[in-house]
Amino acid sequence: MLRTAAAVVAGKTARAIARRRGGGSAFPGLVAERIDPGILRHALADVRGGIVVVSGTNGKTTTTKMLVALLRAHGRSVFTNPTGSNFTRGVLSEMLPQLPVSGRLRSDLAVVELDEAHAMRFIAEVPPTHSLLLNVARDQLDRFAEIDHTADLLARLGAASTEGVVANADDPFISRAAGAVDVPVRWFGLDASIADRLPELTEHDARFDDEPTTYEPGPGDARLRPRDERAFDVVFDDVVVGPVTLQQRGLAAMINATAATTTARLLLGDAFDAATAAEALAAVRPPFGRGEVVMVDGQPLELVLVKNPAGFGVALSTYGTTPVATMVAINDNDADGRDVSWLYDVSFASLRERGVALTSGVRAYDMALRLHYDDVHTDRVVPDLDEALDALLAAHPDEPKRIFCTYTAMMALRRTLAARHGLDRFGEETPA
Amino acid sequence: MSTTERYEPAGTSKGTITLVHLYPREMSIYGDRGNTHALAGRIRRHGYTAEVVLHDPGSDFRRDAHLFTGGGGQDSGQARVEADLAAIGPTLKSLAEDGVPMLMICGMYQLFGNSFHTVGGQVLPGLGILDVTTRGNDKRMIGPVCLETELGRVVGYENHSGSTVLGSGQEPFGRVLAGHGNNGEDGTEGARRLNVIGSYLHGPLLPANPMVSDALIAVAAERATGRPFEPAELDDPLATQARERQVRRLVGTR
Ligand SMILES: [Zn+2]
Repeated sequence: MLRTAAAVVAGKTARAIARRRGGGSAFPGLVAERIDPGILRHALADVRGGIVVVSGTNGKTTTTKMLVALLRAHGRSVFTNPTGSNFTRGVLSEMLPQLPVSGRLRSDLAVVELDEAHAMRFIAEVPPTHSLLLNVARDQLDRFAEIDHTADLLARLGAASTEGVVANADDPFISRAAGAVDVPVRWFGLDASIADRLPELTEHDARFDDEPTTYEPGPGDARLRPRDERAFDVVFDDVVVGPVTLQQRGLAAMINATAATTTARLLLGDAFDAATAAEALAAVRPPFGRGEVVMVDGQPLELVLVKNPAGFGVALSTYGTTPVATMVAINDNDADGRDVSWLYDVSFASLRERGVALTSGVRAYDMALRLHYDDVHTDRVVPDLDEALDALLAAHPDEPKRIFCTYTAMMALRRTLAARHGLDRFGEETPA
Repeated sequence: MSTTERYEPAGTSKGTITLVHLYPREMSIYGDRGNTHALAGRIRRHGYTAEVVLHDPGSDFRRDAHLFTGGGGQDSGQARVEADLAAIGPTLKSLAEDGVPMLMICGMYQLFGNSFHTVGGQVLPGLGILDVTTRGNDKRMIGPVCLETELGRVVGYENHSGSTVLGSGQEPFGRVLAGHGNNGEDGTEGARRLNVIGSYLHGPLLPANPMVSDALIAVAAERATGRPFEPAELDDPLATQARERQVRRLVGTR
């Protein structure tokens, strides 16, 4: 397999150069792929414990991180793509440094997060053994055009999985998709005791007359049962994982943990240990921008990534209970989604009482205007992100702060915070 | 079941304007509900009461309404409103002929035209309120848009695969300064006849372009009260900034 070796070497070289120039990209993967188009398939050929694709609109990054942590805590070696690089060449680029010239990865398992479109490219190369289907919501419709289309892509991912599918029982799109596959399906969802909180997690689609799903969990299925605002159990028919308290707040993170635990148990079988799992989940640090808290001048500053109506709605209901000084930063670059129409599918009424300190980003005025139509007052509109950050810190020095931001706005803010406040650098890639 | 909400002005109401949003659940993708939200808010700020009716398929049709809005949908959404739209179509058409203001975006704009020709060769009849014909297309026309209209420059965001052609006497809603418009070729965007505006612009269209809201509200207010529209003096610094910044980004300062 000289060709594979050449591809691996060329890719590694490209990666080293790309790194030196500051920041990885899809480029090294592209270089390797040009020399050996089958490189991804070869690389995963010796991964015997499972090739898992995590997909869905919201929560991919958090869930992938949790699943990897659960598997590693059980002593498995796991290859995964870096946070947020949810595209095929990003997977390959990340693989390169770990690839021996044989071109075959030496890991027990591979867990990759892929957006719906890139999951299709991946399965064309490599049939996953398992897929984890999280949810379907409107997201960057300028790219995928229709939610029905997104649902169809996830159904195809489920159908391409050779050994098993883990699926969200509470999402009508997902349950339709997973209901049609031939391999065994494990379901995760909310416990009946909190079924009334479902609207916080899913965007009900009026075009289908779905009754709230009532399903009887079977062996290997898990339900999320919160104990209080922070602690919860993941309940199987024979085992309870918990109580778990995550570092990340909110119901969405809890359901992601439930999804990851269900998948880990399916992959690990008898080796799955509830105490190990609970411990691993508690240790997972929130991924970049998913409720990440940084301390600035002795006060917590929370960065919350928002990218679609369901996600923004969940974020507002998660954080709305503890009002703080708030900034909203909206960019409309490709990675953010160029269409900002979706802001009108979010209700901002929960911000009315306290108001918003600043709006920022390329579409700062559009955001302030959106808030105005919900009778939410905005103190200042400052399109420049650094200026806005300074203004927020200056106007609210002695209290906790929160910034809701789109992807590229978050990247820019995070960079500034890193430079000025000694925060860790981060090496993440822009989604394709 | 349709739902009705009322929005009262701060002082004494100058009258009640009834606004019907057609199929908000099935045909309101890409924030099109924002148009109704913007109209209701602005009606209230002008000192009138806004009665907003969210019209669902199969429910009673408010033929006494003074203003109508509709949005874009997916194929499955269109299929779910077909029967109801066929039933209320003749009434909608006579209301339009009578001068009732209407704003129809994307999918509903297409349905207000003469017909829609699918990629597969099927011909679906429209309501014939606007003299436009739409053909399905493999290529989607997506991106930010800036138009020159008789109401001034208008910004929005288009996302459609249908390619629309105007009939010979049909006025467009605007001329494309940036973006694709009706078909990406003839420089027209949308259609306007009497007080009916059809357009591909999401964004949604109205919040950043309040002059379009006011044109629709002015007609609706007269119909509702029998008196000339009595606007309040509204200041729109945010809308003006949002719009002008987009204009500058898309067409520069020319
Ligand atoms: Zn559209």
